[in-house]
Amino acid sequence: MNFKFTEENLDRINQEIKKYPVKKPAVMAALYIGQEQNGYISNEVIKEIATILELTPEEVYGVVTFYTMYYQKPMGKHHIQVCTNVSCMLRGSYEIWDYVREELGIDNLEVTEDSKFSLEEVECMGSCGTAPMIAVNEDYYENLNTEKVGGILESLRNES
Amino acid sequence: MEKIVLPDIENFDQLSVYIEHDGFTAAKKAFEKTPDDIIDIVKKSGLRGRGGAAFSAGLKWSFMPKTTDKPKYLCVNGDESEPGSFKDRQIFEFNPHQLIEGILITCYAIGAKVSYIYIRGEYHKWVKLMQKALDDAYEKGYVGEKMKGTFGTDFYCDIYIHKGAGAYICGEESSLMNSLEGQRGYPRIKPPFPAQNGLWGCPTTINNVETIANIPKIIEKGWEWFAAIGESKHPGTILYGVSGHVNKPGVYELPSGTLITDIIYNYAGGVPGNKKILCVIPGGSSMPPLRGDQLDGIKMDAESLKSVGSAIGTAGIMVMDEDTDLVKVLARITKFYHHESCGQCTPCREGTGWMEKVLNRIVQGNGSTSDLDLLISIANNIEGNTICALGEAAAWPVRFTINRFRDYFEERVNKQITLPVMNKVHAMRDTSFPIADITK
Repeated sequence: MNFKFTEENLDRINQEIKKYPVKKPAVMAALYIGQEQNGYISNEVIKEIATILELTPEEVYGVVTFYTMYYQKPMGKHHIQVCTNVSCMLRGSYEIWDYVREELGIDNLEVTEDSKFSLEEVECMGSCGTAPMIAVNEDYYENLNTEKVGGILESLRNES
Repeated sequence: MEKIVLPDIENFDQLSVYIEHDGFTAAKKAFEKTPDDIIDIVKKSGLRGRGGAAFSAGLKWSFMPKTTDKPKYLCVNGDESEPGSFKDRQIFEFNPHQLIEGILITCYAIGAKVSYIYIRGEYHKWVKLMQKALDDAYEKGYVGEKMKGTFGTDFYCDIYIHKGAGAYICGEESSLMNSLEGQRGYPRIKPPFPAQNGLWGCPTTINNVETIANIPKIIEKGWEWFAAIGESKHPGTILYGVSGHVNKPGVYELPSGTLITDIIYNYAGGVPGNKKILCVIPGGSSMPPLRGDQLDGIKMDAESLKSVGSAIGTAGIMVMDEDTDLVKVLARITKFYHHESCGQCTPCREGTGWMEKVLNRIVQGNGSTSDLDLLISIANNIEGNTICALGEAAAWPVRFTINRFRDYFEERVNKQITLPVMNKVHAMRDTSFPIADITK
């Protein structure tokens, strides 16, 4: 299974390369773009990025495994991230964590059978003043309680 | 009180509004002076870094070599991953152009042609907002080569955003540089310091977002004006982020040296249900905690906090009321540092995991008094034995929380010493410290 970037995404990667004196630093942005196109970081994505940026696949793989935001398996369409760090914890984030786990029937870094949801317990997301919070893919939802989270999950379920 | 970094002006994030309020006049003023003058002004202003170490910004800039044929770089640290800290995102959202102007002035002062703003990966929204602001500034000729025409100088610089991907350690300056170079975010051994050997081996300065955002006003109004705000040894305003058990959590910009009780009770609206405060962490989760019954008279600035055995850190104030389970909180903090340890240094990689295990044992009610001493012993063996400050960040909360709340922790452990299951081979060694110690 070969992986090729779309023309548009290749352009985006080339734009990223221009920011730096060498090609290597664009690896982080390229991985985001690869993840966006492929759904997750497969070995093929890694090889393709290595070819484009003139790196070894091992160098790219090292970057993938260091950071928590690159996923090496497909995650759900809605990736639910619950912050349980201190500021959120003090305002009831573990109740939300338990609630979401029960509602979705999955645990940390698992995906529901219909691939609609995945769940992750994340570290401080910088929403301490609006705690507790969850993030769905790239969007923050703040000042929550279990009821509000229930509403968010419900609306995501109803989304086509 | 006038606000420096987050003024109460509507739509201040728009370039046109920013310019209406004398935006980019400080940069113009700065370009008429020499770079050394600028460094001198910032030094005299007493501005100290807002990213945790509170190091003099002007002094840091002066470390940059004057005669070098290598390119120089400025990194702006917006990784903001310290639990309890959420101030930089306010700047990205509400005052991005002052940050941009600050970057221009800083680049001019240190002689950099390129600057990178490192923003944490989770801040998708704020990366977009900052990029939008940058695009506007580029278009109107306030950044990039067009600057020459706008400001009528030979100097110009480019600003790029580098997005992280979820690693707390990348807020450490040398780790940030490795991450920016497209590598695993491992901290580097110092020396050499970034000013000698930074990005791609070139001289580099790394400043926090809030630090840089202060620069334009210092140039505009003079160092005397800035130095007169708040405490003289740590002047200016600070963005205090208040979270946890308060009625109005949020970011409050106040002069340095504001009383901690004033911030909690007057600005953040006090504790819900008028409960007593058990514990306050004054500067983000890695800083030593303060006892709730000893808060009176404590000022929030680097020197004052140092004198009461804590530190300003990122000024993220976490308030815990009397019903908080402090053991659970400490276990959660330690879990965080275990998760975020990069794994380069054994004391940190292994020690944080041990501390988490022992703390979880106490949370479950299976701890013993010796566990408390064991925790302090582990913390002491991490601190100072690691490449970067994450070792200290992990050790301090454990050591100081247990020492300052010993009574609280004693109540949660069994006074009777229970022996852990003995590993026979291990117990025969001379160095089998925990078991040998307990059986005495």
